Amino acid sequence: MLEYLVSAEFYQIMLFYVYSFILLGAAMAVVTMRNSIYSALFLILSFFSAAALWLLLEAEFLALTLVLVYVGAVMVLFLFVIMMLDIKVKPNKGMSSYTKVGLFVALLMLVEMMMLLGKKLIPALPQDDLVKHIKGHSNVKEVAESLYTQYVLPFELASVILLVAIVAAILLTLRKRKDYNHVKPESQVHVKATNNRMRVVKMEAEKGNDIGGDS
Amino acid sequence: MNSILGWSELTPILPELIILATACIVLVLGLFTSSEKGGLLVLTSIVGVVFAAITTAKFHMGDHELTRQVLFNGNFVRDYMGDILKIAVYAVMLFVFIYSKQYLRDKNIFKGEFFALMLFGMLGIMIMISGYNYITLYLGLELLALSSYALVAYDRDNMQSNESAMKYFILGAIASGMLLYGMSMIYGAVGTLQIDHVALQVSNTNNTMLLSFGLVFIMVGVAFKLGAAPFHMWVPDVYQGAPTATTLFISSAPKIAAFAFAIRLLAQSLEGLFDNWQHIISVIAMLSIIIGNLFALQQDNIKRLFAYSTISHIGFMLLGFVGGIDGYAASMFYIITYALMSVAGFGMIIILSCKGFEAEKISDFKGLNQRNAWFAFMMLLIVASMAGFPPLIGFFSKLVVLKAIVDQGYYVMAGIAVVFAVIGSFYYLKIIKVMYFDESESDQEITAGFDVKSILSFNALLQLGLLLFIPSILSYCIKAIETL
Repeated sequence: MLEYLVSAEFYQIMLFYVYSFILLGAAMAVVTMRNSIYSALFLILSFFSAAALWLLLEAEFLALTLVLVYVGAVMVLFLFVIMMLDIKVKPNKGMSSYTKVGLFVALLMLVEMMMLLGKKLIPALPQDDLVKHIKGHSNVKEVAESLYTQYVLPFELASVILLVAIVAAILLTLRKRKDYNHVKPESQVHVKATNNRMRVVKMEAEKGNDIGGDS
Repeated sequence: MNSILGWSELTPILPELIILATACIVLVLGLFTSSEKGGLLVLTSIVGVVFAAITTAKFHMGDHELTRQVLFNGNFVRDYMGDILKIAVYAVMLFVFIYSKQYLRDKNIFKGEFFALMLFGMLGIMIMISGYNYITLYLGLELLALSSYALVAYDRDNMQSNESAMKYFILGAIASGMLLYGMSMIYGAVGTLQIDHVALQVSNTNNTMLLSFGLVFIMVGVAFKLGAAPFHMWVPDVYQGAPTATTLFISSAPKIAAFAFAIRLLAQSLEGLFDNWQHIISVIAMLSIIIGNLFALQQDNIKRLFAYSTISHIGFMLLGFVGGIDGYAASMFYIITYALMSVAGFGMIIILSCKGFEAEKISDFKGLNQRNAWFAFMMLLIVASMAGFPPLIGFFSKLVVLKAIVDQGYYVMAGIAVVFAVIGSFYYLKIIKVMYFDESESDQEITAGFDVKSILSFNALLQLGLLLFIPSILSYCIKAIETL
């Protein structure tokens, strides 16, 4: 027993549970926080914990990319946008009736699922050991190989989905401003001296007497 | 196993590539064309679809007709069923493009992005039909869903359109989450995502606990995407709130995709769990038929009415899944004919609408016979076909499904389905009554162009004309299911 407590496997499993709980808690907090800044910060925490889980699986490249891309780039932009927007934080008014019913249903489902699976699930799971790579194993190479050969079609499809997301976002948000004073060069070029530039205005000649007269 | 891509891999995916290229071309062209010249965009889309149809047909006729080609390392499959369903999708999409042009012009919201998004959605549909791996199928689904969300919100100054897009988006995201959770459970149990490998593993395993656990979540996702009860809440709101041109799209071609999706996931990969999902499917089918028909009775908005009618039609289609191999073929026949029916129904709403007016109340159809006897007759054909009156195609598609499940001995289910189909015919008859026996409230002329009018007439007459082709379409469907 004591031997197991000091073994590497035990620490690995313990770390797994610690990071998983942080991940789940942070994900819960993202949804329930009233202040969107806190939500975004908790999202960063959950990314970090997910990266730690990947490290446990010896997927170092993925873990680093997650931190670099999501935490470093995406979330910073996200925070930036949230701070630019003028969002008023509404005070927490306690649980609404929806939340109570929702929590009740969720708990009920959890208990049901545990009763259903509980004992029977454990033998059904594949009993493989944790991933152990040999020394000099290249993570990057493995990712590249499966991404660009085995899963090249889903990869390309994902790019199409991103394109659709861009098109949809622009379609739904782009609005021309009404007080837009920008000059269009292409219409400037077309201006002709005879009928566009000069305007002849006919008006009645004014009587000379009125000029300067006070009467 | 990881082969380098070559021409032999790329040619069977040519229809998808053509649609993708057309979508990109339309996207760029849309920047340079004004709404008056928008016909060019529609024309480009139609040409793209026709080219895709030619390539699909060519492959279909070729040497590989009945063989199954699994490509891209098991991510994509070209088989008989895929070809037939894709050809049905092309046909439906041609109608959709032509009708929606009319609508967008009338409403003054013509933009190139609309057609580009529809083509992207269509690409998603084709991937859902031909995906052979859970990941590919899921990505196809997301591509379709994302395009649909944007299309529903397309009329962005309309609050109703925004609200329904929001509902659709949130509920759709939850359903996708359920689906992914189920897929990950299946992956945990069998260790693979490729459809035929999953099927093999499922047939070899004794412990189905984890598999059936995942199956339940997958079924929730599939039922949501089909719009089957009890996951139908989004359907009426989205159908009513979306611009009619979008409703036209999401009520037709995606249903074919959802059928293919259900076949690939349930009938192909989880066939070993048939006994498990058969019960769930029969409950979903019965509930859809009952709820769809009962709730449709009290609608006065025709888009909402068609939405509930869709739910009951989907119930009928799912009923076929209970009946095994023959049932799948019957469902396939049902969904193809339904898509052609539905597109005609919404086409009719578009053609009766005009500038600043949306013919979406049943009362807008009052006295249509006096105003325009020809289109009243067309609407009669469409509605009667939806209700399943003989001798229209809707009657035969219902008959085929019922026969398939009666052959398997499910008399009670067939009985309930028939009773509720009869109850449902009441609201279809109400539309016919309003058109023929009520006084017209307006003298609104039908302002649509000649092309739209003639295409819609052709579409409606198909409800009769397809009768001649029932045996051949049915034999295609049977062959498609046999060669799965």
